[in-house]
Amino acid sequence: MTNTWSDIKNADVVLIMGGNAAEAHPCGFKWVIEAKKLNKAKLVVVDPRFTRSASVADYYAPIRTGTDIAFLGGVINYLLTNDKIQHEYVKAYTDFTFLVDDNFSFENGLYSGYNAEKRSYDKSTWQYQRGADGYVLTDPTLENPRCVYQLMKKHYSRYTPDVVSNICGTPEKQFLKVCEYIASTSGTGRVMTIMYALGWTQHSQGSQIIRTGAMVQLLLGNIGVKGGGMNALRGHSNIQGLTDLGLMTNLLPGYMTLPSEKEADYRAYIDKRAPKPMRPNQMSYWQNYEKFHVSLMKAWYGKAATADNNWCFDWLPKLDKPHDVLQVFEDMSHGEVNGYFCQGFNPLAAFPNKHKLNTALAKLKYLVIMDPLATETSEFWKNYGDLNDVDTASIQTTVFRLPTTCFAEESGSLVNSARWLQWHWKGAEPPGEAKPDTEIMAGLHLHLRELYKKEGGAFPDPILNLDWPYKIPHEPSSEELAKEFNGKALEDLADPADPTKIIRKAGEQLDGFAQLRADGSTACGCWIFAGSWTQAGNQMARRDNADPYGDGQTQNWAWSWPANRRILYNRASADPSGKPWDSKRRLVWWDGKKWAGDDVPDFAPASAPEVGMGPFIMNPEGVSRFFARDMMVEGPFPEHYEPTETPIDVNPMNNNPQAIYNPAARIFKGDLPNFGTSKEFPYAATTYRLTEHFHYWTKHVHINAVLQPQQFVEIGEGLAHEKGIANGDQVQVSSKRGYIRAVAVVTKRIRALKVNGKTVHQVGIPIHWGFLGQAKAGYIANTLVPFVGDANTQTPESKSFLVNVEKI
Amino acid sequence: MHVSRRGFFKVCAAGMSGSSLVAMGFAPTAALAEVRQFKLAHTTETRNTCPYCSVACGLLVYSIGDGAKNTKAKVIHIEGDPDHPVNRGTLCPKGAGLLDFVSSPARLKYPEVREAGTNEWKRISWEEAYSRITRLMKDDRDANFIEKNADGVTVNRWLSTGFLAASASPSEAGYITHKVVRNLGMLAFDNQARV
Repeated sequence: MTNTWSDIKNADVVLIMGGNAAEAHPCGFKWVIEAKKLNKAKLVVVDPRFTRSASVADYYAPIRTGTDIAFLGGVINYLLTNDKIQHEYVKAYTDFTFLVDDNFSFENGLYSGYNAEKRSYDKSTWQYQRGADGYVLTDPTLENPRCVYQLMKKHYSRYTPDVVSNICGTPEKQFLKVCEYIASTSGTGRVMTIMYALGWTQHSQGSQIIRTGAMVQLLLGNIGVKGGGMNALRGHSNIQGLTDLGLMTNLLPGYMTLPSEKEADYRAYIDKRAPKPMRPNQMSYWQNYEKFHVSLMKAWYGKAATADNNWCFDWLPKLDKPHDVLQVFEDMSHGEVNGYFCQGFNPLAAFPNKHKLNTALAKLKYLVIMDPLATETSEFWKNYGDLNDVDTASIQTTVFRLPTTCFAEESGSLVNSARWLQWHWKGAEPPGEAKPDTEIMAGLHLHLRELYKKEGGAFPDPILNLDWPYKIPHEPSSEELAKEFNGKALEDLADPADPTKIIRKAGEQLDGFAQLRADGSTACGCWIFAGSWTQAGNQMARRDNADPYGDGQTQNWAWSWPANRRILYNRASADPSGKPWDSKRRLVWWDGKKWAGDDVPDFAPASAPEVGMGPFIMNPEGVSRFFARDMMVEGPFPEHYEPTETPIDVNPMNNNPQAIYNPAARIFKGDLPNFGTSKEFPYAATTYRLTEHFHYWTKHVHINAVLQPQQFVEIGEGLAHEKGIANGDQVQVSSKRGYIRAVAVVTKRIRALKVNGKTVHQVGIPIHWGFLGQAKAGYIANTLVPFVGDANTQTPESKSFLVNVEKI
Repeated sequence: MHVSRRGFFKVCAAGMSGSSLVAMGFAPTAALAEVRQFKLAHTTETRNTCPYCSVACGLLVYSIGDGAKNTKAKVIHIEGDPDHPVNRGTLCPKGAGLLDFVSSPARLKYPEVREAGTNEWKRISWEEAYSRITRLMKDDRDANFIEKNADGVTVNRWLSTGFLAASASPSEAGYITHKVVRNLGMLAFDNQARV
């Protein structure tokens, strides 16, 4: 979230699209109700189903699953053609005026540089025009046909209301009504927030859907302001924290990135990640990358990391390609993976195409499960009849299952959707011999270190030298680890402005990332968390819920990254001269000498407005980007592509067979026969969650198993009538990958839509059942989902695929 | 200042006879006689956060056992934390059922192994689990570790074992997991954010 849960109360319009907060995030959703009560805010919901959020909305519009870019592209077109944009904001704070390379083009569904064989782009033309001084050329008049504004206007002029309606199935009148609500926030006096979740991420073009939403918000000037923002409602209690800490194939903590094997030179690695400003007087904060990186290596390798060995740069693994979960299961299915660990993760239920996952897991030599609960993955080898029909004796995988503590039995911090690090305390002992994950990881490391000490082996250096300063080596405490990721001074740190002053003595906790150095004198395990545990103590444990400004920011409750800032990009809440756009909604402002405000300014504290530094300080442009340059794999502007399995067989936006679905989505050869067509599987299916259940955990929880005991699917009355299915009948839902059987709930909540001259029925599939637990045993819903991910993030396309439904 | 529930009742009982609460009909005997409050009066209250979605509602966890070495604390009640600025004491149907998660019969209690080709779990000790797992890891790493790629570039990676990390465990667990896993040269490394 750019903003916070309680900040939603400051909104005038709330758009929920790609999520269902009333059902999935009920206690956060109360802030939408608060906005309705306090501000007379209007709630607008766009969703394939009439959801619980829709049931309390001021306006609901249906949409075909997977067509959100077409809808939002239509909104962009509406805002531009009806002049409903915040002119001063977009001109000063976005790339509207930037000129784009003359060779960049878009034609019949494809951008310049497409290679059909590799299914990827040569992105060399997806760049700006540069002047002799190296800076990007701009046209403040916005008349140059190569400026971002003109290119964008042209691109989205194709998304007219009738085109949108034809693709999305949303009646034109309803689409226009949603546009009106959204456009009502284009002035400085009204603000809209967008709330989304997996309904936007789990598509083969998910990242681009989210970008389109962000573009709408930028046009309206709704980023960086109270009650605005792009608010991702994340699914797990610490999924934000784990992402912040970089536990992904290509990341290091704090959104630093691992080198690829083409970046084996340390200096080139750093320079590429520390871009010089693209416009005069811009901050380009990533220029500090080396300070963050060296401090991380000091936290990991202590004295072994020196300037002479480039801070152990060679010890970091170099990527040949991303090894995301889909890639790993693909490799596993070919017998290329021998060992796999699942720590609090149930991939057999969470990832697509259960049959493929089962086959892949059976090829492992060893599988290690660390979990508080008995997961389906841990028993993938066990035959549960039709629900998990495997040949146990032939599965030669050794499976270890290690019991872990749950939340009530451990101390530590969780990072919520709003980037708050909140500390919690252990309240009970775990059952039996269960241990915290911290202790298990220490056990694995110490045993491996012992083995490498005794026997030697492949490249033992990092294992033998990993800094391990914990008082009880096999039980590192949460307190010690939290202090380590905050960072400390390794030597006395002199004040750069006055070297006679020492700002932090050796051994002291750092106050924030501004104190980090690239010379090895600081250690910090995650630079964006610097400030969470300072010399003054654990900031994450703060419990002052006072809200002195009455705006829901509660600055002294817990601690928020970065730098305890509650609203990102908040410099944009003031106009270029430093005056708040809206005095009722003031957040930060220029007081004549410095930036002051209710929130910690997201800006250089002493940079006067006349210098012209832009509010988007992490971008080398200094402004926000409509034109994503070469940063997205399928193009700089989001374009509508059909889901990989489309119910209408064509992409009405083009007549190019290469551009029906995402032309840059990665599809493994072996999966090609596993995609179905609308002929065999005519209905558009989407998976979703229920308020009574949390993923695949709560089927193990008695009360939730009682509340929603049995697997069901939702179908509309039209489809039920066509197929002779009555409410309560048993049905089989099948895709090209397999089938599930469940009770049919026939509902008015899912209507058939008219799409491209065809009637498209949609099928809703809640995901919460499996072959283990206290709820009635059921089929793993992801059995049906295709093995394809978002082209940028490789998040599976669980929200849009094709099925057939039969009464049994 | 934090006043525990138990302390609150003490304060109320002591000052009650002169307070307006009596005039309004709230006699202390009635409040103290209520079964649920009596039960919680003997518990330890701990601040926690809901482990489910990312709203991160504040929780009050009530456990019996006073933290002494000869007792084992056990959770007997969980409710929303009214001081929390986001949930303000409320919980959803998931959070309200958390006690049954803590005490679920599906909770794992001991390290176990399913040997290749067999159809059952066998209880093992932590030491056996660590020794066997790290032996498998080391043998695989030693056999398949790639120090240099085909072009002779130092890459120091280990691709034949992978790790999926939890996103409901604390950041401190996430941090040490990253430190240990990446240090081995592992790249097949992800968390739930990928889903």
